[in-house]
Amino acid sequence: MQIDLSARDATKKFGEFTAVDRVSFDVRQGEFFSILGPSGCGKTTLLRMIAGFIEPTHGTIHIRGNDMAGISPNRRPVNLIFQQLALFPMMSVEQNIAFGLQRRREQKVDIRKKVEAILERVDLPGFGRKKIDQLSGGQKQRVAIARCLVLNPTVLLLDEPLGALDLKLREQMKVELKKLQHQVGTTFIYITHDQSEALVMSDHVAVMNMGKFEQIDTPQNLYNKPSTPFVARFVGENNAWSGTVLKESDAFVEVKTDEGLVFKTKAKERFSLGQRVDLFLRPEAMLIQPDISLGGLNRFRVVVNSILFDGANSQLLASPLNSRREIIIALPQNRQYDYIEVGDTVDIGWDTNSGICFQHHETAS
Amino acid sequence: MRLPRNHPIPWTLVCFLTPVILWLFLLIVLPHIDLLLMSLRREDATGATSWSIANYLLFFKEPIYWLTFVRTAIYSIIVTFLTFVIALPVAFYITKVAAFRFQGFLTMLLLLPFWVSELVRVYGWMILLRESGIVNHFLLRFGILERPVEMLYNDATMVMGLVYTSMLFMVIPLISVLENLDDSLIEAAYDLGGTMWSIVFRIIIPHAVPGIVAGSIVVFMLTLGNYLTPNLLGGKNSLWFTEQIYNQFIASFNWNQGSAFGFLLLVLSSLVVWAGLKLSGQKLSRVMK
Ligand SMILES: Nc1ncnc2c1ncn2[C@@H]1O[C@H](COP(=O)(O)OP(=O)(O)OP(=O)(O)O)[C@@H](O)[C@H]1O
Ligand SMILES: [Mg+2]
Repeated sequence: MQIDLSARDATKKFGEFTAVDRVSFDVRQGEFFSILGPSGCGKTTLLRMIAGFIEPTHGTIHIRGNDMAGISPNRRPVNLIFQQLALFPMMSVEQNIAFGLQRRREQKVDIRKKVEAILERVDLPGFGRKKIDQLSGGQKQRVAIARCLVLNPTVLLLDEPLGALDLKLREQMKVELKKLQHQVGTTFIYITHDQSEALVMSDHVAVMNMGKFEQIDTPQNLYNKPSTPFVARFVGENNAWSGTVLKESDAFVEVKTDEGLVFKTKAKERFSLGQRVDLFLRPEAMLIQPDISLGGLNRFRVVVNSILFDGANSQLLASPLNSRREIIIALPQNRQYDYIEVGDTVDIGWDTNSGICFQHHETAS
Repeated sequence: MRLPRNHPIPWTLVCFLTPVILWLFLLIVLPHIDLLLMSLRREDATGATSWSIANYLLFFKEPIYWLTFVRTAIYSIIVTFLTFVIALPVAFYITKVAAFRFQGFLTMLLLLPFWVSELVRVYGWMILLRESGIVNHFLLRFGILERPVEMLYNDATMVMGLVYTSMLFMVIPLISVLENLDDSLIEAAYDLGGTMWSIVFRIIIPHAVPGIVAGSIVVFMLTLGNYLTPNLLGGKNSLWFTEQIYNQFIASFNWNQGSAFGFLLLVLSSLVVWAGLKLSGQKLSRVMK
């Protein structure tokens, strides 16, 4: 499989401040690659380095094997969809899309054909004559995508393009974008701070934090096998316990949480006795009122504080007995648990394979 | 809801509008009515006056007059264009390139020459450029010239002086439109393969049109009506139309003729501006926002 983009130790410093810190990754041809991270972690800076608006302080960026150092944005085979879309308001939809083709001095007839074809592709046939301010948010979105795709870039860079849309439209565009990418087969590098966008659309996701990549993996692995506490916290919801190691066998550790609960869980690394650790547990890993006969479970009891009904995402907020910390427990809506009410005490069990344990970090609470 | 029958008099509005209307009426409308009436009268040999359009006919009959006007208009257009060509990069630099904290300072620098009167500014140019002036002195010193040359009293110097005088009136409206230009539009154009020229002509200028038109109208009108700079820097055979008006009023003491010229200047320059707006497809009300 051909590598379309490869970054090695790409670093950008603004004075003393390191916005992007030794980032290395490869993106294969036709892949939907997302960079996921909180606001201010350096995503835009990294993307602008790929697009050529900023030169890396050190490190290299190769596109299809060509070193991009010193090549200006207008001569790179990548196109960027800006966070604010940046459609040209003084031009019609048609002229916006034709802008790049005209710069390549393509024939007028070819340009017309390509513009029509791409408008068809993004589901806006006949919109060519419209002014930009006559379009809805979702239509602008599609024009911005069309304007870049018509140039057939090796890599299309997208900087939180759905950020400005309302929730409903965002959900819809998410699916459309993924479909579009599948049809055209262009390599996408997609930036977002919304983990659901990243998980739904991507083939691979890089989780970024404070300028560094924490983990590059498939969405499934990020969710199920986070390799750092940050990823465990940031991707999906997680309950976190701090505690100390009581016992250690080859694959499992026994952890005593600060509230005094004792859990047995899989260990990713080797720990020493008495070491401080953080234990992460997904809300849906917890079974409510598990059968007594089920073996291999960590069991504890909680008091229900509140029930958050949200259809398929309904949750219980509950505290372990004699504790004030609140944990989130998924509440399946199969009517099996309709009897649970606020103030009830319920049994919780979770499989020793579904928790994950990391060495304690000071920043983690 | 029912409106009261007797609307209270909006005193604040009255207070605000009265000086404006008075000012417009006393200083603009009244003198112009007088000017119009005067331009339509003619004094015969006996000193008696009568209604006539002869003053206007004279303008078209005597080539010296209408040629002076055409010359003035063409030079004003050239000055307006040159001012724009110089002001655009200046405004672009101030709004998009210079660090934010220098922007005010740079605008201040542009304003500075306007703290001295036009007369002093023109004399400044004369001190620099005359035969025994500073520029000649240095050119001689460094052996570039053998003999001092007279740089004053020609059309090029006059145009330069007029451009210099007009700069601010072009830069300020350009700064205000370019401030609204989203940087990402320029970057997007660059990313899509745009070169400097295509970005200037397809993105920056179309965006700046309202500012360009506003600035051009002001610069054109000010240049056309300028008296000092063309008179002092332009020399003897480069007549400006305002000098013709001056000559009629002061030298020939023919106020009727002078009024007719004054009125023609107003009408013809308005026509030029109207034609300019038509050509650029702009509306005056939109430009002046
Ligand atoms: N030109 C610059 N000079 C100095 N610091 C900068 C510059 N550009 C960005 N930064 C800093 O670099 C960090 C990363 O910025 P960046 O725009 O890449 O964040 P981001 O991940 O895209 O955030 P968001 O999700 O909010 O868009 C920020 O702390 C920002 O303040
Ligand atoms: Mg950003």
